[in-house]
Amino acid sequence: MKKIRVLVAKVGLDGHDRGAKVVARALRDAGMEVIYTGLHQTPEQIVETAIQEDVNVIGLSLLSGAHMTLFTDVAELLKEKGLDDILLIGGGIIPEEDKEALKQAGIAEIFGPGTSTDEIVEFIIQNVKK
Amino acid sequence: MFKEEELEKIRKQREEWEKLVEDRIKSHPERKEKFTTLSNIEVKRVYTPEDISHIEYTRHLGFPGMEPFTRGIHTTMYRGKIWTMRQFAGFGTAEDSNKRYKYLLEHGETGLSVAFDYPTLYGYDTDHPMARGEFGKCGVAISSLKDMEILFDGIPLDKITTSMTINGPAAILWAMYIATAEKRGIPKEKIGGTIQNDILKEYIAQKSFIFPPEPSMRLIVDTFEYGMKYVPKWNTISISGYHIREAGSTAVQELAFTLADGLEYVKAAMERGLQIDDFAPRLSFFFNSHNDFFEEIAKFRAARRIWARELKKLGAKKPRSLWMRFHTQTAGCSLVAQQPENNIVRVTIQALAAVLGGTQSLHTNSMDEAYALPSEKAVRIALRTQQIIAEESNVVNTIDPLGGSYYVEWLTDKMEEEAYAYFDKIDALGGVIPAIKRGFFQKEIAKSAYRYQKEIDEQKRKVIGVNCYRAEEEVSIPLLKIDEEGEKRHLARLRKVREERNQSKVEKALERLRKAAEGEENLMPYILEAVEAYATLGETCGVLREVFGEYKEPIIY
Repeated sequence: MKKIRVLVAKVGLDGHDRGAKVVARALRDAGMEVIYTGLHQTPEQIVETAIQEDVNVIGLSLLSGAHMTLFTDVAELLKEKGLDDILLIGGGIIPEEDKEALKQAGIAEIFGPGTSTDEIVEFIIQNVKK
Repeated sequence: MFKEEELEKIRKQREEWEKLVEDRIKSHPERKEKFTTLSNIEVKRVYTPEDISHIEYTRHLGFPGMEPFTRGIHTTMYRGKIWTMRQFAGFGTAEDSNKRYKYLLEHGETGLSVAFDYPTLYGYDTDHPMARGEFGKCGVAISSLKDMEILFDGIPLDKITTSMTINGPAAILWAMYIATAEKRGIPKEKIGGTIQNDILKEYIAQKSFIFPPEPSMRLIVDTFEYGMKYVPKWNTISISGYHIREAGSTAVQELAFTLADGLEYVKAAMERGLQIDDFAPRLSFFFNSHNDFFEEIAKFRAARRIWARELKKLGAKKPRSLWMRFHTQTAGCSLVAQQPENNIVRVTIQALAAVLGGTQSLHTNSMDEAYALPSEKAVRIALRTQQIIAEESNVVNTIDPLGGSYYVEWLTDKMEEEAYAYFDKIDALGGVIPAIKRGFFQKEIAKSAYRYQKEIDEQKRKVIGVNCYRAEEEVSIPLLKIDEEGEKRHLARLRKVREERNQSKVEKALERLRKAAEGEENLMPYILEAVEAYATLGETCGVLREVFGEYKEPIIY
């Protein structure tokens, strides 16, 4: 079976990269191909990298509170470019009440503090579009 | 500290006890094979005078306010003055944050601590494209002196001290603070506070860097020099382990990397020709306080002892130069989203460790911070937690009450020993900056962060409500909402500042700053001139970006 390719991406100015790096390693240990963007990526850069790297999944990470703008930007760019087959997920410091709107915008799941890495692996395996 | 014959008696008794233990665990095994601290230091069943028999009281511990300051930097500690209760706060517009500061002061806070939003941390004005979505989200937006004036409106800057978490553009925000005070008739000699201004830990952990390391170090030494001459009550740096810890390091790594950074700044300032006793008294520190109660206390005690010893080696003579004064914040990364009220208990334990570790100021996190910035109610509980420790628990009655505990003294030594092992590794890599460029710290931290997460995932470490004692419940705590209209008001003010200021004065000031940056002069006077003329943060920092360039980090995970 072909390995699942995941882009772990830090969007915007937020420098909190602990979660992104831990998740990147956990996905790699679970047998996925992981590309980590590094910090300070614009939504455009992330979508561009996703195309270049031909990924199945994008995982966005943000703790600054700008998720409503920046996560939504990425989701919209994916739609614009017809990349509906990419599974888009996110994590970080995100209030419960924002989760519904983010899901409406096209982010399949939001993982908050206290999520186990197994949960994320499982979600990707179950939901990745083949 | 113990006589030979006494130690001999203890040894004999220990052997008897070990037999008892052996019998006991045959029928009742212990809960775990190995007990460890959060830094993975193995902890023995019990500690006795044998474990600390090498300690000489006067040399290793001493009295509070006396070398090596293991027991505290002040002779009377909290009997004289309780630590400063300083809650890190800031969001939305300058008006919103000003209101929060007044709320905190009304409820008994004793110092201010400013959180800036991401565009400000990176030296961008709010209308920069990279600022999209970030206005006021994790701090207050400050784009010009005008915003700074509003932020401190009605707050007595000659009476209250202010800490500002700002690094890349620290010199610029500090200049705005100085200008704000002076416009109100308060001379800069009278203002007190702290700028974080610790760029090394930005490369290592927090990642809000702007310029490459070399010009960043120059700017920092500029602030040291300017501070000691003109703003003598200001702490021109807060050398921070907090963010290193939050990024996933262990307590040992936090201790070692922070002190290595500190020594790097001292050396940089000495290379400039500054006298160590002129600037060292204005160096301050900032640590994390996590869940491992005794390990945290040992860390604080070891930090003071190492710092005093190393500064002395570098030639410091004044006792004040040897003081490690530090702020502590409870561990944000220990807060969980599940059953958030439990976070109050975590914060209490962590805050108590900071107090027993002899902190000079303290921030206690709010229970709702795994979701958002704290609501008023949550932040009041956090402040009350400190007040309860200070006023009700009586732990402040005697200094360093855990001094002499066999375990705490042993662990203090152990932390120190492990920190020195890291110092050797860093030296072998050519020092802190070469080690940063090779990703040494980043790799070490990523490894620890991953190990910690794995331990939780595999149930080796329990986190209540997360991997055990879970409860299915709706979280119903009120969260802080940031006024969406604030951004429009802020942007309108920024436009007005640009329209109404004396344009040629701004241009001249920025040009003079550029020339100075290309040379070797101290940049503080030029930065002050620019911000006083209402050059914006983005414009001022932009000039430095053009001269110094921007840093790109190696990608490591």
